[in-house]
Amino acid sequence: MAFYRAHVLVCKGTGCNASGSSSVFDALGEEIRKRGLDQEVALVETGCHGMCEMGPIVVIYPEGSLYCRVSVDDVPEIVEEHLYKGRLVHRLLYTTPDRKVKVPRYRDIPFYSKQHRIALRNCGYINPDNIEEYIARDGYAALAKALTSMKPEEVLSEVKTSGLRGRGGGGFPTGLKWEFCRKAQGDKKYVICNADEGDPGAFMDRSILEGDPHAIIEGMTLGAYAMGADEGYIYCRAEYPLAIKRLVGAITHAEEFGLIGDNVMDTDFSFHLHIKEGAGAFVCGEETALLASIEGERGMPRPRPPFPANKGLWGKPSNINNVETWANVPNIIRNGGSWYASIGTEKSKGTKVFALTGKVNNTGLVEVPMGTTIRDIVFDMGGGILKDRKFKAVQIGGPSGGCLTEEHLDLPVDYESLTAAGAIMGSGGLVVMDEDTCMVDVAKFFLEFTQRESCGKCVPCREGTKQMLLILEKITSGKGRMEDLKILEDLAIMVKEMSLCGLGQTAPNPVLTTLRYFRDEYETHIRDKKCPAKACSALISYLIDPEKCKKCGLCARNCPVKCISGDRNTPYEIDQEKCIKCGTCLEVCPFQAVFKE
Amino acid sequence: MKVKSLEDLRKIKENAKDLTSARSGGETRVIVGMGTCGIAAGAREVMTAILEELEKRGLRHVAVETTGCIGMCQREPLVDIIRPGEPRITYGDVSPGDVPGIIEEHLVNGRVVEDKVVGQTD
Repeated sequence: MAFYRAHVLVCKGTGCNASGSSSVFDALGEEIRKRGLDQEVALVETGCHGMCEMGPIVVIYPEGSLYCRVSVDDVPEIVEEHLYKGRLVHRLLYTTPDRKVKVPRYRDIPFYSKQHRIALRNCGYINPDNIEEYIARDGYAALAKALTSMKPEEVLSEVKTSGLRGRGGGGFPTGLKWEFCRKAQGDKKYVICNADEGDPGAFMDRSILEGDPHAIIEGMTLGAYAMGADEGYIYCRAEYPLAIKRLVGAITHAEEFGLIGDNVMDTDFSFHLHIKEGAGAFVCGEETALLASIEGERGMPRPRPPFPANKGLWGKPSNINNVETWANVPNIIRNGGSWYASIGTEKSKGTKVFALTGKVNNTGLVEVPMGTTIRDIVFDMGGGILKDRKFKAVQIGGPSGGCLTEEHLDLPVDYESLTAAGAIMGSGGLVVMDEDTCMVDVAKFFLEFTQRESCGKCVPCREGTKQMLLILEKITSGKGRMEDLKILEDLAIMVKEMSLCGLGQTAPNPVLTTLRYFRDEYETHIRDKKCPAKACSALISYLIDPEKCKKCGLCARNCPVKCISGDRNTPYEIDQEKCIKCGTCLEVCPFQAVFKE
Repeated sequence: MKVKSLEDLRKIKENAKDLTSARSGGETRVIVGMGTCGIAAGAREVMTAILEELEKRGLRHVAVETTGCIGMCQREPLVDIIRPGEPRITYGDVSPGDVPGIIEEHLVNGRVVEDKVVGQTD
């Protein structure tokens, strides 16, 4: 093997791929060859770095320089300047939003320097299609340690010591869940990975599957060993084609290396792993619905008990954990449960990955120790609110979570404190909202999602969410009555308490938290027929200030319904009857003469 | 290529180390001046010689970097060597023929090749 003095890592995760990283990868290969550097510079494709906003991302080692939004046109300069002459291409370096400073080194970027990466530790660092790179990073060392020197009970007890809790949202202690399955009577047991990530905006599971598939395989194999299972399923939605491709490759490689399959590492332990592609129904993330779907039934939940630990897949004892939970397991076994337990808060141990989105400068995946405050995540790692606007709220936990306000900014994020505030950890979606976001509209958005995804099996969820949505639609279109708020609240509590599964039990959370923290916004919509954030189109009108109008006619030319009239001598005016409130005039006006009211 | 023991896994890891070692930054750094002046004076050939020598000796912990012109163009090709905890040594007028000697003496034996040194910084 040649001595590669430099490694060029190109992110080929779904995010960067969508912004063109594949052609950047090819162009880099071509250019490196053309410059005669192909014997000394290695080109490697990796999984997601988490900062998809800045993609396509290219990282060059040994310097550890991270280049953002690299296009094919930038490639010759990168090769000529950085790889050939050793000079950084400054214009492509990451720039901090506040002080406009260029950061030459990957690890010094605030987005990364404050993270503590355990589940994501290999994402963006190794080639996910190369099992040897995973092994080079201590991959499968935990499995080897377990199989050669630990009894299954010892593996289980390490996981218990670690304090790891379910990262899919429930937060149930993983060790305890494993113990139930281990103690369950049965000749056949299954371990299952829930990769049916469905929360809008959350993509940590996808990134792990794409960027470090072997971590899941190793974690599941360890779980199977601890619980006495010999077969496993990864339930992954078909909308994640790249994740599935990487998993298929990784399973094949692991089988070739004898790390899964019959007689793993020449021991008596055997473990066979399959992938089941789901059709992408949100409800299939609920474990009993997921089991039904693997069995070929309609993905609908059933009442528990019996719990899957006793009666799971095909009636056999089964254990289901989320992707991120499994990804933590090899690290726990390798470094010990007490190592993991030393990170985080008293009751929530370890780290959690959050998908930071919305009105924030740096969107992407961040992995932080439990107990980190929302302020640290949004303002330090996230780089603050876009365009320096005012922070208003953060929706945590996706459509099942709740909205938290400014007063919660210093809340340490862990399972207990979030639940106390009315939100949930959920899968870790974090949507940041600024002063232009209408909270009623947000509640409506998430409810639209859960209402559509309700499987319809139980009445409270099927009918309740529909009625709630109708009320919200009334309010946002200015037809609400004050008594609606009471009905909405009653319905929400009813749906929450009476639904069969987690979907319905959590669907009212966005409504309940916005009612709790932003009730005045609901009231303004109803009483004054106004949307304070000027977001609900039925309650606003676009107007032109005749003083500021320079009569250029740009608004009239761009209006899709031709409802703006005026000429060189008379200021332009919008016909409110015809206006569809698309906002185009406001966007195109160079003089800020158009405004919303 | 079945992994049958801890030893097998360790062997794969040892061989695979090179795959990712360049990404951890390396403890020892060799930096070659690749400004226009350096390239004109033959820095590319020096670079190739360095990579060949490191490969031959299996010195995987060394990070080889390039840098721009530092202003001492008349002494190019310039090669800097930084060993952990030691001052940065700059060698001047380095030819490909000098490379094996410098690597053997400085990188392997830890002795600075005095007659080629043009500067040193702490």
